Amino acid sequence: MAPDVTARRWLSAAARWETGLAVLLLLIVVLGAAASPQFLTTSNLFNLLVTSGEVAIMALPMTLIIISGEIDLSVASILGMSSALLGYLWSIHWPMLAIFAVLVLLGAVAGLVNGLLVTRLGLPSLAVTIGTLALYRGIALMILGPKTISNFPAPYNTIGVIAVPHTDIPWSMAIFVVLAVISGVVLHATATGRSLYAMGASPEAALFSGIRVKRIKTILFVVSGVVCSLAGVLWTFRLATAVQNNGLGLELNVVAVVLLAGVSIFGGKGSIGGVVLAVLAFAGLANALLLTNFNQEATGIVFGAVLLISVFAPNAGALWARLGRLRKHQRPVRPARQ
Amino acid sequence: MTPAAAPVLSLRHAAKSFGAVQAVADGSLELSAGEVHALVGENGAGKSTLVKMLAGLHRPDAGELLVDGKPVALPSPAAAQAAGIAVIYQEPTLFPDLTVAENIFMGRQPLLPGRRIDRRLMRAQSAALFGRLGVPLDPGRICRGLSIADQQLAEIAKALSRDARVIVMDEPTAALSAAEVARLFEVVRTLRAAGAAVLFISHRLEEVFEICQRVTVMRDGRQVLSSELAGLTADDLVRAMVGRQMPERTAGERSEPGELVLRVERLTREGVFTGISLAVRAGEIVALAGLVGSGRTEVARAVFGIDRYDAGTVAVSGRQLRKASPSAAMAAGVGYVPADRRQQGLVMDMSVQQNVALASLAGLRRAGLVRSAAERAFAADWAQRLRLKYGRLTDPVSLLSGGNQQKVVLAKWLGRRPALLIVDEPTRGIDIATKAEVHQLLVQLAQQGVAILMISSELPEVLHIGDRILVMREGRLTAEYSHREASEEKIMAAATGQLAVQAP
Repeated sequence: MAPDVTARRWLSAAARWETGLAVLLLLIVVLGAAASPQFLTTSNLFNLLVTSGEVAIMALPMTLIIISGEIDLSVASILGMSSALLGYLWSIHWPMLAIFAVLVLLGAVAGLVNGLLVTRLGLPSLAVTIGTLALYRGIALMILGPKTISNFPAPYNTIGVIAVPHTDIPWSMAIFVVLAVISGVVLHATATGRSLYAMGASPEAALFSGIRVKRIKTILFVVSGVVCSLAGVLWTFRLATAVQNNGLGLELNVVAVVLLAGVSIFGGKGSIGGVVLAVLAFAGLANALLLTNFNQEATGIVFGAVLLISVFAPNAGALWARLGRLRKHQRPVRPARQ
Repeated sequence: MTPAAAPVLSLRHAAKSFGAVQAVADGSLELSAGEVHALVGENGAGKSTLVKMLAGLHRPDAGELLVDGKPVALPSPAAAQAAGIAVIYQEPTLFPDLTVAENIFMGRQPLLPGRRIDRRLMRAQSAALFGRLGVPLDPGRICRGLSIADQQLAEIAKALSRDARVIVMDEPTAALSAAEVARLFEVVRTLRAAGAAVLFISHRLEEVFEICQRVTVMRDGRQVLSSELAGLTADDLVRAMVGRQMPERTAGERSEPGELVLRVERLTREGVFTGISLAVRAGEIVALAGLVGSGRTEVARAVFGIDRYDAGTVAVSGRQLRKASPSAAMAAGVGYVPADRRQQGLVMDMSVQQNVALASLAGLRRAGLVRSAAERAFAADWAQRLRLKYGRLTDPVSLLSGGNQQKVVLAKWLGRRPALLIVDEPTRGIDIATKAEVHQLLVQLAQQGVAILMISSELPEVLHIGDRILVMREGRLTAEYSHREASEEKIMAAATGQLAVQAP
């Protein structure tokens, strides 16, 4: 093996996005601890984890969807719809287990609608899920109206306060860890996972390889719907409040985490390990900004910048090359003519 | 008619490689005003690459280009236009929602005060251009729905409006009817009389003799003949084009066809292909010949389940296939090596190993998980069998040469042990050595009892590999020959619709 090839491999390993993320995470922890003595306390870390649980959970199916070359922007609206239905059904005295069953079904149907519109009608998922983002939020409003339901009983409404027994880990994070392991195995070790990368990197080649692109994408949207509906339950119990605008705008945080994780917005690239790191980095950054009394109006700027950098950096090479080509074409050429 | 003046355009010893493939090794060309110059050669001889150099799409690696005796570089299509070179492609790329006149003046519309477009002047000038060309085409028509012949005329008018003095026509007649060809030739004569230098590329030699005065023949990326057409015969040109003979399959290599593997009955996709019935037996190579656009690839896509079809049936080994399901076709033992290996055959971002295994992952699993050791062994095994040249199996497949990429696609399908292998242009754009290997591989597979349906635009390939040769024209099967009775002339006649002059 030529030495320059070896060097290139070593460099590419060092330049792996996940490595950079780990460094970023470390940096955030160090700076956070330096900026605020509270940062590394158990209660703050618990708080940090619990407040990002739902986003973290929703980021997992989003990762699979973006790697497959699609996107689901309706995630937060499904969360809101699930929250509203939970509140409504509880208010008319349904048993909690029956409500859970209905919510799973609700998430599945919401995801199926997205999936069928994308795969059977061939519509772009960006447009479809912007549509269902509005639609599902509208349904949430219809279900609950302006009401607020908050009389959930004790074993449920403490979910945002208590940890998994014998640990300091909040329930939502524990669920995230379990789902992350499942997603990681599916994505990195199964034929289905390989198919996701293939269809994201080259939809046509995936089709010509006999990969059931439409079926797999439909299933992904359904899974996303169910997981987001579940996230709606966690959100509702954590805030002990069901209201139609629960999780409003949260889809942007989910997409931001996934992109920060190094998942390519163009599909075909990314890892679950990256998502775990990005979840922690994102939560840490938000928490540190809060603790240091960072100007609240300006946090949007920080998150927006992080998002843009994460879209730009993984594709920097390709974008740079494109820019170079553009410049070359724009160079005025006046060949000799008499 | 031979002008004594210096050539308008001369290309000398141009070369261009794509990775390991030398597309043009020594391309030379001299075009004179008032002359129609033919450029002929087999597919893959380097004609298109040469044209793309003139169009400013490819930069030559070596050689020089002179326009009016002065050296010129063409780094972009805009530079080619500025140098007075216009290229009319087989399928023009007009803006479909704009009018003919708007297309002609795209980017340089005549303006009124206030930077408003002077539509009236634009239309009048367009009409004048069509008047010069002697064709009645309405400049106010929207381009969508125009026939290809009319679109070409719009492109020619555009070229005239830019004062192009060199007009390159890349297989303009391939998709035209006889009447449209006659009209195009009238226009070409008009251009010639007006002093333009026309480069005319065609596979149809009778057209070359009808319209051209000079000819340049290319073979394997080199100019092998450049001369006045007067005094030459079609046979002279064919001999120059082919030059070398492909090794003929010996009688021993031709196996007795076995059981019926593929049976296609009256397969129809409206507006694309009609009433296609064909059969391929085990151990048989059936070549599907025809012009580009005759519907061959579309039939293959329908058989493999990429596209739906409106009527007819596809059966493999006696089992009827479900429509529009590649996975069903694969389960029945069909493999498909598509024509566009970069888009369809391979995931360019994935490694060699992952691409080889992509269609066989189901067989490489234990408890649902893909075993990477098994995947690696599988890929290494096939890489060795096909003599693949690679650095590491984990390298991106995009690093390989075209020929080796094609081997990866072949390995991907051979790894499934297909009963029927459909190969679409299996040797397009790959180097000559690998080409021979691919041919040998296909013959070996047939000997092992694989049924092979090969789509190819290269007649020597069709003639030397195929046991039977089917010819398609405009979505229909027009002829079938055994390898003994087939000839280039017969196939071309069936492909271009001149079967009538052909003795059976």
